[in-house]
Amino acid sequence: MPENAVLPPSWFEQARRYVRRHPIVTGSVLFLILLFLLAMVVPWLSPYASAKGSDTQFGHPDAHHWFGTDVHGRDLFTRVFAGARISLLVGLVGTGVSLVIGVGWGMVAGYFGGRLDGILMRFVDILYSLPGIVLVIVLITALEPTVKIVAEHAAPGLTRLVRLLFLFVGLGAVSWLTMARIIRGQVLSLRTRSFVLASQSLGAGPLRILWYHILPNVTGLVVVYLTLTVPAIILYESFLSYLGLGIQPPDASLGTLIAEGAGQINPLQINWWLVVFPGGVLAATLLALSFVGDGVKDALDPRAER
Amino acid sequence: MSYWLRRLLFFPPLVLVMATLSFFLVRLAPGGPFDRERASASPQVEAALREKYHLDESLGLQYLRFLGLRWERAPDGTWHRASGGLLTGDLGRSLKYRNHTVTDILVQGLPVSMALGALAFAFALGTGIPVGFWSAVRQGSWADWGGTLLALAGVCVPGFVIGPLLVLVFALQLRWLPVGLWGNPWQAILPTVALGLYFSGRVARLMREGMAQTLQSDFIRTARAKGLTDFRVWTRHALPLAIMPVVSYSGPMLADLLTGSFVVENLFQIPGIGVFIVNSSLSRDYPMVVGLVLLYAVLLLALNLAVDLLYGVLDPRVRHA
Repeated sequence: MPENAVLPPSWFEQARRYVRRHPIVTGSVLFLILLFLLAMVVPWLSPYASAKGSDTQFGHPDAHHWFGTDVHGRDLFTRVFAGARISLLVGLVGTGVSLVIGVGWGMVAGYFGGRLDGILMRFVDILYSLPGIVLVIVLITALEPTVKIVAEHAAPGLTRLVRLLFLFVGLGAVSWLTMARIIRGQVLSLRTRSFVLASQSLGAGPLRILWYHILPNVTGLVVVYLTLTVPAIILYESFLSYLGLGIQPPDASLGTLIAEGAGQINPLQINWWLVVFPGGVLAATLLALSFVGDGVKDALDPRAER
Repeated sequence: MSYWLRRLLFFPPLVLVMATLSFFLVRLAPGGPFDRERASASPQVEAALREKYHLDESLGLQYLRFLGLRWERAPDGTWHRASGGLLTGDLGRSLKYRNHTVTDILVQGLPVSMALGALAFAFALGTGIPVGFWSAVRQGSWADWGGTLLALAGVCVPGFVIGPLLVLVFALQLRWLPVGLWGNPWQAILPTVALGLYFSGRVARLMREGMAQTLQSDFIRTARAKGLTDFRVWTRHALPLAIMPVVSYSGPMLADLLTGSFVVENLFQIPGIGVFIVNSSLSRDYPMVVGLVLLYAVLLLALNLAVDLLYGVLDPRVRHA
């Protein structure tokens, strides 16, 4: 190797450069990792059970209860991170559901085109002009009888799981529209490219082409949009839980905690910690996720200078 | 001209599709409108209620009645059309608030929701556009970071967090503003901010992105090369193009804002229609849900049309053949 050859920067060096150039994105990633760890560990290690009440109602934040206690004397610190765990879970799985529907729908519409495309995309347009909340309420309540059947014929522990599962489905079902539109637009231009034509003339079927040739070409776009979907779904879940439609007590998500806190607002006793801590964790999580999303978008954007 | 006419002609079928979809969708959910009576009604009473509101008919007949195409046979053997129906502009009666028609309820609440929504819209544009604009022209500076952070915070702090916090700080702790209700300008401030903050953040982000992209265009370089001042380049040359994303977002935004918000109206006890969309869906008040969905859909269609019209005015390259 010649003496003055420029070695490509090592992986570590690349990472170091990225961190120095994007301190906020790095900080957000670290924050999210920390939040993940806390959400895993706190409800497990905490001396207080998340759902168990005590006599210290509306305790101010102090050395024992770092975030104070709620109306039933439950430790808010434990509850906030137990709630964050559920919120994160819902955000990730809900995004997965919306990913599968949106990408599948968009790819089929874009690839086959013509009348099928027209029908599929008109359907998306119609759902777009329907207030999403109506759809979610109908979906979740329509699935409720199934929850009851499970509750009667199986363990109650399973009921919570099934309910959660339906929440994922409901949230995913209203969040895939934009993804479908974006993917369809991309596939529409991809399908005329010569590598698709080559594959077609070799006799490859549509499924094979979609899976091996089209999908890899939309991955970047999908990743960018995914990072934006996760916070949106977490937000939607908290809104549903705030309405009392999402996570059911004694379980808690950040949304139910905020709703409980907001319900306790009165002029006589200002229990600010009941809103500030769950709201703060929710806002910080969404903020960090958005920064990471922007970072991913910039990193994958071909127009951005490196 | 024919383009706009064609779009207008598409309105009625689209509205019909939305009406049909919501009609069947709400009936898909299990349970009925009379499940949540204070005391569960006796079977006879419930049957009478169902008969009175024609819920005992088959779904197809209910749909015909909803459209206003249901023909009934009178005792004397003559056929005549059942009164009401969508085609005569009648949305029917609410099943929850009996003795009130859906139109009554909408007419009462809509002005309040629209006033609040318009205020929040003005707030969102009034704060979002300057913040986004300033961030974009001062890219990489502290002003940019501050503006971007502010905009993101607006998007990320949900209304049901910022609302209670605003009440806690400005109404309960500082006692500067009233806690709730609707009627005088002071009472409008907190709900406007609580409702508008999210949209303000969205607008700021769109504005920054649009401006940043526009400033890289060739025609901006030309304008600079002509020796124009920064201010003139920004406002006269860049702004009309850079504001496009905000313009196209304002259609859906306004439709969202004008139809009211559950969270804000609930928190501040504002008598708008925002609370109905959730409550009616939950209590299976079928005609109310259909009415609200139609209202939202018509607003969205009309506003999107308005946005497209505005597009043609702002950007001379846009021509609708």
